[in-house]
Order: sequence, then structure tokens, then C-alpha cells
Amino acid sequence: MIPTVRRIVVRYSTFLILAALMLLFSLVSSRFLQVNNLLNIVDQSALLAIVAIGVTYTIISGGIDLSVGSVVALVGAVSAGLIVRAGLPVPVGILLGLVFGALLGLVNGLFVVYGRLQPFVATLAMMAIARGLTLLYTQGRPISGMGEAYTFFGSRLGPIPVSILVLLVVVLVSGTVLRRTPFGAYVYAVGGNEETTRLAGVAVSRVKLGAYAFSGLMAAVGGIILTARLWSAQPQAATGLELQAIAATVLGGASLMGGAGTILGTVAGALIMGVLANGLNLAGVSSYLQQVITGGIFILAVLLDMWTKRQKV
Amino acid sequence: MRRTLSILVSLLLVVSGFAFAGGSQEAGESAAQEAAESGPMVIGLSVSTLNNPFFVTLRDGAQETADGLGVELVVVDSQDDPAREASNIQDLIQQGVDALLINPTDSDAVVPSVQRANQAGIPVFTVDRGANGGEVVAHIASDNVAGGEMAANYLIDAIGGSGKVVELQGIPGTSAARDRGEGFNNVVNDTSGVEIVAAQTANFNRTEGLNVFQNILQAEPEIDGVFAHNDEMILGALQAAEAAGRADQIVFVGFDAVDDAVAAVEDGRLAATVAQQPSEIGSLGVSTAVTYLEGQDVDSYIPVPLSLVTQ
Repeated sequence: MIPTVRRIVVRYSTFLILAALMLLFSLVSSRFLQVNNLLNIVDQSALLAIVAIGVTYTIISGGIDLSVGSVVALVGAVSAGLIVRAGLPVPVGILLGLVFGALLGLVNGLFVVYGRLQPFVATLAMMAIARGLTLLYTQGRPISGMGEAYTFFGSRLGPIPVSILVLLVVVLVSGTVLRRTPFGAYVYAVGGNEETTRLAGVAVSRVKLGAYAFSGLMAAVGGIILTARLWSAQPQAATGLELQAIAATVLGGASLMGGAGTILGTVAGALIMGVLANGLNLAGVSSYLQQVITGGIFILAVLLDMWTKRQKV
Repeated sequence: MRRTLSILVSLLLVVSGFAFAGGSQEAGESAAQEAAESGPMVIGLSVSTLNNPFFVTLRDGAQETADGLGVELVVVDSQDDPAREASNIQDLIQQGVDALLINPTDSDAVVPSVQRANQAGIPVFTVDRGANGGEVVAHIASDNVAGGEMAANYLIDAIGGSGKVVELQGIPGTSAARDRGEGFNNVVNDTSGVEIVAAQTANFNRTEGLNVFQNILQAEPEIDGVFAHNDEMILGALQAAEAAGRADQIVFVGFDAVDDAVAAVEDGRLAATVAQQPSEIGSLGVSTAVTYLEGQDVDSYIPVPLSLVTQ
């Protein structure tokens, strides 16, 4: 009995923290547990969760992706621009945006694999380049007027935000790929021990390229969602999102050393950050204090995760 | 296991302690909630950033007036991030506020949030920056074009009617940067003999103002005057010029009249700054919303006067 409980705590510590926070906020505000508010929270966290899922792939593979915030902004701007300025149909604009995002990720991967740059360095450079390209392309001004077929992705189907449906699809696909395909297994293996994996005959380069391209693609999905939510592509959109995405991934139990991490954990990590922001708002906590609390919870959660994992199961 | 539990419990205690402490400080959550359902009005104020003294002063003005009128004010901070703004406004709607005062991070990006409030039947007022869509009852702001013109006229007089001037621009695409730049350029372009030798953005930021102006000083041997779209940038430029020993030859004009800039004007380092009255903007925002909620008509544009602060 006790070992089972312990195993659950260890395995699902992120989810327990999420549940604890929700319990707490439901005591503080009677409006917190209302269905509409819970939908709001997932809607508000969907962008972070999707982008963090991409980052999770790179982190599991032993790398990192700092460029995602800028890629979100660039893809949002380019897809909006293709539709508004070039007059392309909405699905084409969105599709080209997704392809573009994956290509930007692939470029990250090429620099990491063939340029032998540290992932931190390569993606830091891409972060600056993609942000600069966004400003050049938009001339520093927002692009709007994509029409309802585009803003659909930021709207609601009945009571359900479309972003949640997109998140569900992303979770299913990325989780299946990571858990049920050889590629997914290789991503873990490369992050666990790159040399051994190479000696085992795995094309390590291709696995890494795949992880970075996937991260770019997820950032692109995030870019479309965000642009649809704001009805406009903002040149400064998603500034600092990369750090939040890394935080969500780490909260979800991934190791920055690589080889560990799960999609559901990352989603829970993103939800923890969403619940914190929403709950603290509903509780009327000063915005200055909110940042202190968010940082504090982050440290506590990661410590808790480490402590529980250190206990022998 | 016991250790894990104790950690969880202490975590909960810490958070709840914070939440309650914060709640009593800022908004008094339970009070806000009761008020939303009956009794005194609750007004939500979404501020673009509380990391800038201007908006902090705006918030303080709003808070003071709200306290005076017996209105509960719930303040959220967008941290200059339109996505966070959308979430914050969603949260205010969820809280059931009676009216929303929005100081948008961006006039386009705020439109869906305004529409969400419209759907929920909550009247929206914009302060300082406008919204490009949705139904807004009233917009309360300074006339930034007039302010830019005011600054240009002063600067041109101060440099003796002709010379070389520099424009430090705000965050590209923001309406404040557009309007102040438009007013400034209107006047300068109509004045023969005044030439803009450099116009660059320093993103409303003091450090960038310093760096950008340092480069401009390097490139331009002769500069007679500088106008910056806000005080943070002009104070950065002033520092750069002082370090280069050229501050005496240049007339500095800023915008916003934040405390540091007013002090610099008093010291004679800064020639002038255009004073918006952020406290007045916040205050008029709250009083306009209250007037409207009491069933009276309000104007759709409520201009807040500007003035020039000189020695």
C-alpha cells in the first residue's frame, strides 16, 4: 500500500502540485473552479504548452531551444502577411507558416549537428535572427485583418476554446511519436548517452535534426494560435516565452541533462504556470508579488521533484 | 514519504499565506467578489506595464479616485505582453467586474479582449492607448500629436530657429511613438533650416537611449537638439552626451515628465519635458466609468491636457 502511494507521488509529483494549487485557489476564490474559468486557464496555457512540447523534444535529446519565442512571432507575422499582404488563402498561409517554422527549427538542428555548435549558442543566435526578421518583415507594426477563417483558431466552438482542441491533437501526436515510434526511443537514447546510441547504429544526426525541426513546428503552431487569439501578428509577441517553455518542461520532470521528460508532464508544467497566473489574478494578488510567488513555486516544485525521485521506489 | 508530505504541506502554507497577504493588500479578494455581486462597484484596470513609473502613477491616480468614490479597483499587469493581457482581461471578466479600464499593450491586439468584454456585457473604457475595434464607451488620453508639436516648437525656439536635430523614437508601432513622432515631424518639416540628422528607435528604454545616442554622437559632429518620445530615452541620451562632454551644446527635450526628468529640468540639464498627467488619466478613467455606470452620458473622447515643464 505505502510503496504504491510513494510510487504515485514520485511518478506524478507535477500533477500533485497542480492539484494542490487548484485546491488552494478554489479555497481562495469561489470563481476559480467554475467550468468557464477552467476552460479559460487551458485556453491561456495552450500556447505555452504547445511550444513547451516542442522544447521538450530538444531537451530530452540533450539539447535546448531558445529560439521558440522568436519563431512564434516570426511565423505569426509571416503567415498573417502571406494572407493579408500577398492575398493567399488562409489555409495556404497557415500551412506555409507551419512549414516555415519547421524549416527554422531544421536550421537550428543543422547548426547543432553539422556546425557542432552548442544548442544553447545556435538557438540563441536564431532567437536574435528570427526576432530581427520579424521586425524587418512587419516594419515594427502589427499585421491584422486575416479574417475569420484565421481567427477561428483563437475563438470558441460553443464553450470550448479551439486552442484546447489544437492542444489535444498536439499532445496525442507528440506523445505517440515519443512513446510508440523508434524515432521517439532514439530521442531519449541520444539524450541519455549520445555515444552509445551512435555505436548502436542509430543515425544520431537525423534524430537531432528531427527534434529541432519538431520544436520549430510546434513554435509555428503556437505562432498561429497566438496570432489568432490576438487577431493580429505582433512584432514583439512571445518575447521571453522560451524561458517559460523551459520552465514548464523542467516543472514537468524533464532533465536539462537530457534523456528524461514526458509530454504529459510538460503539459502539467504549463498548466501549473497558467493556474498560478489565473489564480493569483482572481485572488487579487499584486502583480509584483505574483512574479515572486511564481519564481518561488518554481523552485519548490523542482526541489520537490528531485527529492521524491531520490527516494528509493 | 513523510518528508514529501511535509514539503507539500509547507508549500501550501507558503502559497496561501502569500495569497491572503497579497489579497488584503491589493484588492481584498473576498471584498471584490462580494462587491461584484452586490453593493459597491468593482472596476477592473488592466495596465500595459507596471514596470514603468508612468503607468504606476496612472494606477495610483486611478486608485486614489476609486478610494475617494468608494469603488473597488482590481489591477492587473500585462507586463507589455499582449498574450498576458488577453489572459488578464479574461480573468477580470471571470471575476465579474462592473466596468473595464484597459490601458492596452497594443491597439490591434486588444481588440478580441474588448469584444470578449462586450459579449459579457461589461462596458469598456480605454486609457492612454486606444483600441482599434470592439465597442469602447470612452477613450481617455493625452493628445500626443499636440504634445509632439509642442515639443518641436519649443526645441526649435531653443536652438534659435535653425539647426540639426535628432529624434529618438519609441517602440515602433505603438500609438504613442506614432503620434508624438507625427506631431514633431509636422512642425519640423514645416520649418526651413531645421534638419533631422538622425531618427532612430530606442524603444522607450533608458539604456537603449544611452547606447543609440552614443552612436549618433559618434556619427554626427554637429547636433543642436534632441527630442525623445519619452523621458527614459532622453535621460539616457543626456547621460551619453555628458559622458562625451557635449551636453552643453545640445538642447534636450523629453516627454512624460517622470520624476527623474523633472529633477533634471530643475537642475538645468534637461531643457524641457512635455508633461502628460498620468495620474489625471487614471483618475479621469475611473470617474468616467463611474459616471457611466451611474447611468449618465459620457463623451467618447476625453482629452487630458498636456503641459510643458521648463525651468
